[in-house]
Amino acid sequence: MSVETSAVGKTYAPVTYAIGREKVREYANAVGETNPLHLDPTAARAAGYADVVAPPMFAVVYQSPSVTPGLFDPEVGIDFALMVHSGQELTWARPVVAGEEITTTTTVAAIAERGGMGFFDFEVVSRDGDGEIVCTGLWKMIVRGS
Amino acid sequence: MAHFEPGERLPDLTVTPDRFLTVRYAGASGDYNPIHIDEEFARSVGLPGRILHGLWSMAQVARAQTEAAGGPDKLLSLSVQFRGMGVLEQELTVTSTVRAVEDGVATIAAEARQGDTRIVRNAVARVVAE
Repeated sequence: MSVETSAVGKTYAPVTYAIGREKVREYANAVGETNPLHLDPTAARAAGYADVVAPPMFAVVYQSPSVTPGLFDPEVGIDFALMVHSGQELTWARPVVAGEEITTTTTVAAIAERGGMGFFDFEVVSRDGDGEIVCTGLWKMIVRGS
Repeated sequence: MAHFEPGERLPDLTVTPDRFLTVRYAGASGDYNPIHIDEEFARSVGLPGRILHGLWSMAQVARAQTEAAGGPDKLLSLSVQFRGMGVLEQELTVTSTVRAVEDGVATIAAEARQGDTRIVRNAVARVVAE
C-alpha cells in the first residue's frame, strides 16, 4: 500500500468529556478494579479526592472521542476494515475524578509505510478545567496492505 | 508506598474474561467494534470468534502495576504493543518484573498472555517507588 503524508501535523478540534461517577464505576467494574477509590465516593473523599477516582486507563474513554475523527479522516486515509490498534502509550500527571471536565486535542503525529503496511500515530493531549495537562497519549495504528 | 528492587518479580495478576465481558467493556468504553461483540461478524472477517479489546487487556497490565504500587496515583506511564488476539473464557496472566529503580521511580517490564499467546507485549510501566 502507499500512504499519503500530507495530514501529518493536522490537529482536530478539541473534545470535552465530562467524567461521571456512574461511568467511572461502570468502567472500573468492566476492567475488574476492586479498589474502593474507584467505586465508593465515601472512600474516595476519605482519601482526599472530591469524588470517585477514574482508573488510569479510563484515559482511553475520555481520549477516544478525540482520536476517532482522525481515524475516519479521508486526508489521513486509513482503511478502517484493515486497521489494527498496534500500540498505546499513556503518561499521567495526576488521577482525575468524577465531576471533572477533560478537554482533549489530537494531532496526526506520523504517517509512514514499511513492509507494505501503513503506520499511523496520533498524539493526544488531555487537559483539566484549568488548562493543566492530566494525560498525554500516543495512539498507534497499523493498516495491513490490501 | 511500595518498595521495589531491580530484578524483583511482582505478583502475577490473573483474570478470566467471561463470555459477556466484551459486551460490558464495549458499553463502559464506548468501543462497539463488532469484532468484539458480534460472533457472526467476527467469524465473517476471519477471526476465530469475538476477540478481547486490546485496551481492556492493557487495563489488566495497568491494574497489576497499580495494585503492586499501592494505588491509581502511583502509575506515571505505561506503553504497550498489541499483538496476538485475546479470547473470551480463557485465563489471562499479567507478569511484571522490575527493571530499574531510579530517583523514586521504578521501571517495570510486563506482558499479558493467554496460554502461549502473548497478547500484550513489551509493556513498560513507570511507577512511584519508595
